[in-house]
Amino acid sequence: MTIALTLNGAAELVAAAPATRLSAALRDACGLTGTKVGCDTGDCGACTVLLDGAQVCACLVPLAQAEGRAVTTVEGLAATPLGAALQAAFHAHGAAQCGICTPGMLMAATELLATTPHPDEAQVQAALGGVLCRCTGYRRIIAAVLAAGSATTASAAAVLALGTATAPLAGAVGAVGESIPRLDGLPKLNGTERFGADDAPADALWLRPIRSPYAHARFSIGDASHLPVRLLTAADIPGRNGFGIYPDIKDQAVFAPGLARYRGDCVAALLGERAAVEAVRWDDLPITWQELPPLTATAAPGGPALHERWPDNILTTGRLRSGETPPPATHIAQGEWTTGFVEHAYIEPEAGWAERHGETIHVHGCTQAPYMDREEVAGVLGIAPEAVRIIPSACGGGFGGKLDVSFQPMVAVAAWLTGRPVRAVWSRGESLASSTKRHPASIQASAGCDAEGRLTSFEFEADYDTGAYASWGPTVAGRVPVHCMGPYRLPFVHSQARAVLTNNPPSGAFRGFGVPQAAIAQEMLWDQLADAAGMDRLEFRLLNALRNGDTTNTGQRLDHSVGLVECLEALRPHWHALRAARRTTGRTRGGVGVACMWYGIGNTGMSNPSTMRLTLAPDGRLTFHNGAVDIGQGSTTVLAQIAAEALGLPVSALHMVLYDTGLTADAGKTSASRQTFVSGRAAQAAGAALRGEILRRANAGAEARLTLSDGTLRVNGEALRLDSTLEGLGSYDPPTVPLDADGQGIPYATYGFAAQLAALEVDMDLGTIHLQKIVAAHDVGRAINPLLVQGQVEGGIAQGIGLALMEEYLPGRTENLHDYLIPTIGDVPEIETILIEAREPLGPFGAKGIGEPALVPTAPAILSAIRDATGATLRRVPALPHRVLEALRGH
Amino acid sequence: MDGYLRPRTLDDALAMLAATPGCQVLAGGTDVFPARTGAEVWLKRDNRPLLDLSGIAALAGITETATGWRIGALATWTEFCATQLPPAFDGLKQAARQVGGAQVQNRGTLLGNLCNASPAADGAPPLLTLDAQVELSGPAGGRVLPLAAFLLGNRRTALAPGEIATALLLPHPPEGAMGGFMKLGARSHLVISIAMVAGTLALEGGVVRHARLAVGACSATAQRLPLAEAALLNAPPDPARLLPEHLAALTPIDDVRASAAYRRHAALVLLQRLVESLA
Repeated sequence: MTIALTLNGAAELVAAAPATRLSAALRDACGLTGTKVGCDTGDCGACTVLLDGAQVCACLVPLAQAEGRAVTTVEGLAATPLGAALQAAFHAHGAAQCGICTPGMLMAATELLATTPHPDEAQVQAALGGVLCRCTGYRRIIAAVLAAGSATTASAAAVLALGTATAPLAGAVGAVGESIPRLDGLPKLNGTERFGADDAPADALWLRPIRSPYAHARFSIGDASHLPVRLLTAADIPGRNGFGIYPDIKDQAVFAPGLARYRGDCVAALLGERAAVEAVRWDDLPITWQELPPLTATAAPGGPALHERWPDNILTTGRLRSGETPPPATHIAQGEWTTGFVEHAYIEPEAGWAERHGETIHVHGCTQAPYMDREEVAGVLGIAPEAVRIIPSACGGGFGGKLDVSFQPMVAVAAWLTGRPVRAVWSRGESLASSTKRHPASIQASAGCDAEGRLTSFEFEADYDTGAYASWGPTVAGRVPVHCMGPYRLPFVHSQARAVLTNNPPSGAFRGFGVPQAAIAQEMLWDQLADAAGMDRLEFRLLNALRNGDTTNTGQRLDHSVGLVECLEALRPHWHALRAARRTTGRTRGGVGVACMWYGIGNTGMSNPSTMRLTLAPDGRLTFHNGAVDIGQGSTTVLAQIAAEALGLPVSALHMVLYDTGLTADAGKTSASRQTFVSGRAAQAAGAALRGEILRRANAGAEARLTLSDGTLRVNGEALRLDSTLEGLGSYDPPTVPLDADGQGIPYATYGFAAQLAALEVDMDLGTIHLQKIVAAHDVGRAINPLLVQGQVEGGIAQGIGLALMEEYLPGRTENLHDYLIPTIGDVPEIETILIEAREPLGPFGAKGIGEPALVPTAPAILSAIRDATGATLRRVPALPHRVLEALRGH
Repeated sequence: MDGYLRPRTLDDALAMLAATPGCQVLAGGTDVFPARTGAEVWLKRDNRPLLDLSGIAALAGITETATGWRIGALATWTEFCATQLPPAFDGLKQAARQVGGAQVQNRGTLLGNLCNASPAADGAPPLLTLDAQVELSGPAGGRVLPLAAFLLGNRRTALAPGEIATALLLPHPPEGAMGGFMKLGARSHLVISIAMVAGTLALEGGVVRHARLAVGACSATAQRLPLAEAALLNAPPDPARLLPEHLAALTPIDDVRASAAYRRHAALVLLQRLVESLA
């Protein structure tokens, strides 16, 4: 069956069934993978295309209804002045981070500007309200659309000159501190970026996991010979049927052998030609289930063991003891707080493919941690890591959720066994059910201060529901006790966090590793104490803030780069202005909240090295070999800026070889806010090393000026002839000291600091919250690229808003993006970002990290503002309207 | 999917429906496809043949008739918003702008929203306050049902086997009637209501002579509230006349979005605000 339509201005005959979703037809039959599939339910808008000029979710349009009509996709945009103007504006404003929602955003904006050339912000929000973005916080997107609307002319040529990841922007210097647009920007704007689901050999087999619909169940798998496809099970795993983040904890099976421990646990997989796989129904499966009672977080400690290894279901306990006895306190505050599961909701579900090459295997797809994936795949196949090559695709958002393997071991096993390429694409529902989550926390905390408001003590005990498997549970339980008192001077801290195993989804890494939950308790206690002491809440924090020269509760002396005081002082005028402007009577009442945070950059008391490499070939080709995965946060651009600056050449001189374990050294995972700091230092070292090699050969002094043009490197104007390739290798591992049993040590080489204000209004009759403004002051050491840093801050705040106000994953209940709510374009208010640069001597050009710090203070600042407006303290997030109203009435 | 039928006339559609038991009627697809996606997550595949109404020209458009307006089965939310209509329809227009995102508004149909029969169907409360009727066509001819008789429950309608809902019929509203709509959700766009209310009021000399109030997402189907309407009649529009007991017929539930008690409370607050805004 073929259906005739006009595609991006040209006649097209599409060979597909009439009921085929237009999104699938465009991608599979027409090869236009710029249209992304994020949900197949019309909830995310990633697949937005224009149908006769009107934006539609292509996943909800049967191909038959496109017959005879004009379909415009992102691939057709650059050819139109309006499309080109939008692409250029998105690029210049940093409106695309990971790029997975960008095609949808661009198409929605195209519809708007075609009819409303000069929209206002409300019109932009209404037009783009159907496209979800998880990275940017939307503010850059709004700015870009407004700018494109005000641009009088734009040319496609301007966009085509934007550069690509491997051949950067012509002429860009990209000095450290310069807000250059991202170097890998163009493919995200024109539909050519290849994410996990966009690329696979045409003859690849299709793999579809079978997952437990029960939170806890025994099962047996019978004869599967009646199925038209192969059923892979635990018996098919050639190596170790287990994976997990820690080298000694491989507790999660690729295919569970007889016992499913959470709803979504993978028990088997269908493998075959796609149509045959997609025809198999649940009732065809030869699986017999025996449902067992599930363990919840309250029943798990001491309950029947989920894993033999942890008889009491306590995976890890992290603790910190600092101070013998607390000084006398005049004021005491205490409270309990609970948080729910939070889903990463990256708009790109997990996807990728594997192919066997003799005795080696290549695995392609989205990931945050290629070298860790290599270890996992090798273990599961029972081969050496060197026999595994991980080739990351573009990653459509991660936020910690793509640190754990998902499809990788399965497609690798299938490809290994069959010798055929094998691909897998999770649906949104599968992604939600199977992937890791932010740990729900149940926190009890208390604190005291003296009459002058000086903190005297902080005690914190929390159970973090770590779900059915270890994943990053130990990391969370380790990080929380050292962060939970926040960036303050405290003479006495007792803290403890337990990771509790339950029959819930595995809780893993999610932007902040448990710290955002803890920060809620910490900051709410400060508000109570400040009120008790009769102090301004911001001044209370300022009084107690850590300063250079202070010693933390882990016994670490911080001599540099403690920029919290500067953050709070920068916020002070905003604080007073916002507080003065708030409405204090009537149906809606205004409140302003403040919260601070600190965040250790890199792994907790553990080695986490990175290696970067620069080469200069005799033909003058300068190549930056960068293994740090850019998941949208901008490391490809930032690390290039650092390397180029250290070398003394513009970024435009760099060719890039990006993250591929076959081509790039281990830069470590993209997590823990570490790439700018750790890989940045490695990039700086690589740049300096290559510069040293060049200067040595040219016999030039340290201040020599390098230029590179037409394949010739010149040192102070003199051409340098090379007969072999020069190399600059740089490695960095931040100096830490492991924590002892009392949490004493040097867990991190450096910390990010921040303070944020939230201004909002509470509807006193409905309990609804209207955010008005966030002001965020972040000490980033040095902003290598302020535009990208601002993007991280805004995106982190959007996720903090979600944590505070709407996000709660309930297994079996919110397994789609209309029941699981993340902020839309209308839910993120104006954000004013203030960058504080308290230089970190260890960091590259003084820089630290920003990825996670951006999120941590937002939820507490929002709760602080609700309390300011109403007097009510929220004990549970998300602060859904009915919970807010309950709190108001209980107050 | 196993079958796809795209008739050009209603007669053909009815014949196909009769000949293809179990086929599913499709217009904008904004409910049909998501439901299939949801089922596929757990390999519950829905392979019912689709009967696509989009090729039937007679079902398109919004037209004024002697008695009011006829909204064809293919009329989308966007199309409705672009139609010049009296102020009584403003509530329905406000609802139209809050159905999903612009993509769904461009594709989803008013009638499909009712056929899907979600308790949180955005169109239902305002249509109830406009005294909407649903035109059904079947092998034995047509019939017209008041909307309240068409919506039978959660995902249940009065559509008989072999019938297709072909139009919404809206009578001319009373002289001077004003319409309004308020939706409460946990985020600003793309949100399923916690509660929503719609109202149509007509005043004469400052006194309410015509009142229609309805609440959605607080019972298995949206409901008009005759007690609340009666409380407003023959007096100046006064939100304080609306009392909790007027909402006794609602049967809200506890779910992921809100508690039942909250819904009941919020519905009253929203109704009061709606009356205030229409006064």
